[in-house]
Amino acid sequence: MKSFNYHSASTVAEATGLASKASAYLSGGMTMIPSMKMRLASYKDVIDVKKIKQLHGIKVSSKSVTIGAATKHAEVAQSKEIKKAIPALCTLAGKIGDAQVRNRGTLGGSIANNDPTACYPSACLALNAIIHTSERKIEAAKFFTGMFETALKKGELIVAVEFSIPEKSSYVKFPNPASRYAMVGVFVAKHKAGVQVAVTGAKAGIYREKAIEQALDKNFSEKALDNIIIDSSDLNSDIHASADYRASLIISSAKQAVAHCK
Amino acid sequence: MASSMIGSRVERTEDKKFITGKGRYTADITLHGQTYAFFIRSPHARAKIKKVDISKALAAPGVVTILTGQDIIKDKIGGLIAGWKIVSKDGTDMKLPAHPPLAHDQVNYVGDHVAVVIAESLEEARNAAELVNVDYKVLTAVVNTASAMTSEAIYEGIDKNLCFDWELGDKAKTEEAFAKADRIVHLKLNNNRLVPNAMEPRASIGEYNSSTDDLTLYTTSQNPHLTRLVISAFNGVHPEHKFRVVAPDVGGGFGSKIYPYAEDVVIAYAAKKIGRPVKWVCERTDSFLSDCHGRDHVTEAELAVRKDGIVTGLRVNTIANLGGYGSLFATVTPTYLYAPLIVGLYNIPAAYCNVKAVFTNTAPVDAYRGAGRPEATYLIERIMDQAANEMGMDRAEFRKKNFITAFPHQQCLVHNIDSGDYHAHFNKALELADYKGFAKRKADSAAKGKLRGIGFSTYIEACGIAPSSVVMSIGAGVGLWESAEVRFNATGNISVFTGAHSHGQGHATTFAQIVADKLGVPMANIDLVHGDTDKGPFGMGTYGSRSLAVGGSAISKACDKIIDKGKRVAAHMLESTPDEIDFKDGEFIVRNSNKKKTIGEIAFACYLPGTYGEIKSPLPAGVEPGLKETAFYDPINFSFPSGSHVCEVEIDQDTGVTKVVKYSCVDDFGTLINPMIVEGQVHGGLAQGIGQALYENAYYDETGQLVTASYMDYAMPRADHFPEFKIEYTCTPATSNPLGVKGCGEAGAIASPPAVMNAVIDAIGTDISMPATSEKVWQALRTKVKSAKKAA
Repeated sequence: MKSFNYHSASTVAEATGLASKASAYLSGGMTMIPSMKMRLASYKDVIDVKKIKQLHGIKVSSKSVTIGAATKHAEVAQSKEIKKAIPALCTLAGKIGDAQVRNRGTLGGSIANNDPTACYPSACLALNAIIHTSERKIEAAKFFTGMFETALKKGELIVAVEFSIPEKSSYVKFPNPASRYAMVGVFVAKHKAGVQVAVTGAKAGIYREKAIEQALDKNFSEKALDNIIIDSSDLNSDIHASADYRASLIISSAKQAVAHCK
Repeated sequence: MASSMIGSRVERTEDKKFITGKGRYTADITLHGQTYAFFIRSPHARAKIKKVDISKALAAPGVVTILTGQDIIKDKIGGLIAGWKIVSKDGTDMKLPAHPPLAHDQVNYVGDHVAVVIAESLEEARNAAELVNVDYKVLTAVVNTASAMTSEAIYEGIDKNLCFDWELGDKAKTEEAFAKADRIVHLKLNNNRLVPNAMEPRASIGEYNSSTDDLTLYTTSQNPHLTRLVISAFNGVHPEHKFRVVAPDVGGGFGSKIYPYAEDVVIAYAAKKIGRPVKWVCERTDSFLSDCHGRDHVTEAELAVRKDGIVTGLRVNTIANLGGYGSLFATVTPTYLYAPLIVGLYNIPAAYCNVKAVFTNTAPVDAYRGAGRPEATYLIERIMDQAANEMGMDRAEFRKKNFITAFPHQQCLVHNIDSGDYHAHFNKALELADYKGFAKRKADSAAKGKLRGIGFSTYIEACGIAPSSVVMSIGAGVGLWESAEVRFNATGNISVFTGAHSHGQGHATTFAQIVADKLGVPMANIDLVHGDTDKGPFGMGTYGSRSLAVGGSAISKACDKIIDKGKRVAAHMLESTPDEIDFKDGEFIVRNSNKKKTIGEIAFACYLPGTYGEIKSPLPAGVEPGLKETAFYDPINFSFPSGSHVCEVEIDQDTGVTKVVKYSCVDDFGTLINPMIVEGQVHGGLAQGIGQALYENAYYDETGQLVTASYMDYAMPRADHFPEFKIEYTCTPATSNPLGVKGCGEAGAIASPPAVMNAVIDAIGTDISMPATSEKVWQALRTKVKSAKKAA
């Protein structure tokens, strides 16, 4: 790790005021610190945002669940209010990494990093999340722009994420046997307006699987997916899973998700 | 009290410090004036070093010195050694490349050591390392085990990349068995390459005192005396008598910390050269790249079987990958630790094994938990299943038909097996696993749409590798005895010194139990001292499930000497004769009398040998004061643990995920000293073996880059992968050591891979290689469905 200046901000304005081209926001640090230790990343200033009160808290209304960006995965997993509104979010958060990661890692950190195998981006996309930042509100569909890329501008800080409450939803992750990141993760959400299915881990970035959505729109059941064939031509292929295997896992995970939707 | 110590589930006395963070590992040590080392490693699998330019880096802030291969040459630092000479079948000695601790001519695997930067802080060392410019001429890498012999030669003078072409067994007799066989069963096997993954990464700290000429190396070693011997005698860094090696608490090794590495040699040498302490701590990525790996065999096996199911011959050809260099125990692992055990527990009258060991541009391969025995067991247990299936026989019955039943048994290969009862543990394992109920469980799984399979594995291992005269006659560069010293203090408590060195096995508890049992002294009054060449006598370390059988026996022998001396002293004090004295439960008693002295009183007398006030303890004439005895123990034979394991798996057809749902094992480890510690050893071994079967694989791409160089890609087994293990024992005491113990540390890792794989293959009905990942299983099932459709 290379030396850096550490700042701990107590307000959003203080954090954004400290930001520069050579700075980074530190939340849980579950990806950022290992990257810095491996010298894959280095910054002049590291601005810790964990102590900013505005970045904490869970608010549930009749239509949406708003979660502060610095909320830890373990807090989401254990939240009774979220469990009542969107139980799939609790399931998702409860299976990220391991207990240590869940007690440090945060929602804002996860989506700002936009790891193509991370779990949270799938929930954002399937639940039409709105990302509240220090500057504006961004729709999830416009937020995730590519592998480790987001619509965030330099110095822009995620404050909270607002998820719309679906009729029912479910998340199924097929973990990579080594890292336990999603080798394939499928978030199925049944909204009044239609079914949204977001897939993580399978491509260079998070995406919606239209073939499954259409089938489930017609008939929301596992059976509806029996004859769906996922185009594997642009799916990831690596030592853990070929594109064909991932295609098959998308279907089997989607089926499981449908079966467990609540 | 005393007699109950053997076989008692005593809680581990060392655990308090480990679970409260009070252990003291090498990386915990900080010395005054300490500098920090960072190694520059080769990013290429094979390349010529044209130039190493350190000029910019030397000028960087905080840099103390930078050492390269040229310094190694200039200061005449010797190369790393392979400690076991193997002779090829044509009578020629094995061929080895030079292995300098810092490369100066050619690098031979990704992670090979090129230079070391030593600076005032680790950050400065790392910053300066980025300024070292190494000019490489990249050469084509040889990576694949099976094709290494037909690839470009990595080293001049080592034709076909072949270290040796060795054989064992009676070839003619084996050919005859095959000529007469009713059936010949063929099987091709890969034994996948594994990364050891000790929880504590390697580390070393060198410290030199120029006024006394004393050099100390703190290091993560299973075997500090051997490290001292090798670094002084072969690397020539410092004379043995002025060189101390300390291995404090060691956090796992699984064999990977038996011998000194390049870093140990360089750190010791650098500390002496700059006259300041030098500390190096391995990062996890470095561990993946440069800890010696395990296994990596490609094997073709054939079994000759009679119509009635009697196995009459076994023929094996193995290619073993040694990696880029010949590591210290690399050459014995795929030969004498492997081939003699390919016949398993079976009475096979003729067997032949050819092993070709090849160099490749990958990390060196050496002993890893089981070392050769898992490879042998995987081979015989897989082919026994294959044979039973081909002949339509029950796999359990087929095994029983071929078990050795009379002991001692002289195998057709090497070993004379002293004891065992294979039917006993196999039958007990079938019962424990409820083999009879399997069909119902399979049907229940099928009702859920899942495939269920059952797999058996029996194994024999040869532990406590010995005697020295025999192992040295087949190439060992060291004797394989062990030493112990039992030292009474004047106040009656005891310090026990052993040359074995625990790296997680619980020696402090088990060895204290032996002493408590022998001498009738409470455990609390016994302290085990190990891991420091300045404290105990010369020892041979911990590996090969040898510590209890060999080291424990040395302790037992030293206790016998204490008792002998105690009898002489007691006889004098009690006005009797030594042959009239009995020793029991810590007391010396004149036979048929109530006259007695405790061992504490005897110890006191030995240290205060005279009369002074109330102290009246003159020693008999000719008896030296003090109560301390040393013993070296060289066993008469290996010990031969054996056992039967039964694994049941359930497979999800949609995803190919295999779940181990039941695991039962019955092991014969001879006499158990502490069954709780033994159970822990079995658990750990099973975790590693199941890991090898289902998850772990060190994968190099065709350019020699290790793709699985972090936990992001190297799949380790986790606790939630395992069912509750059912563990039971049978006991036939070993006759080769006074304790009757056989060794238990590696058994789980030896027995479980074939048990799991046989279960997976039973479930899916087709052959599959290790690791049986979910994708491989899914692919195998898909291929099966496709070919079934085609056939229809």
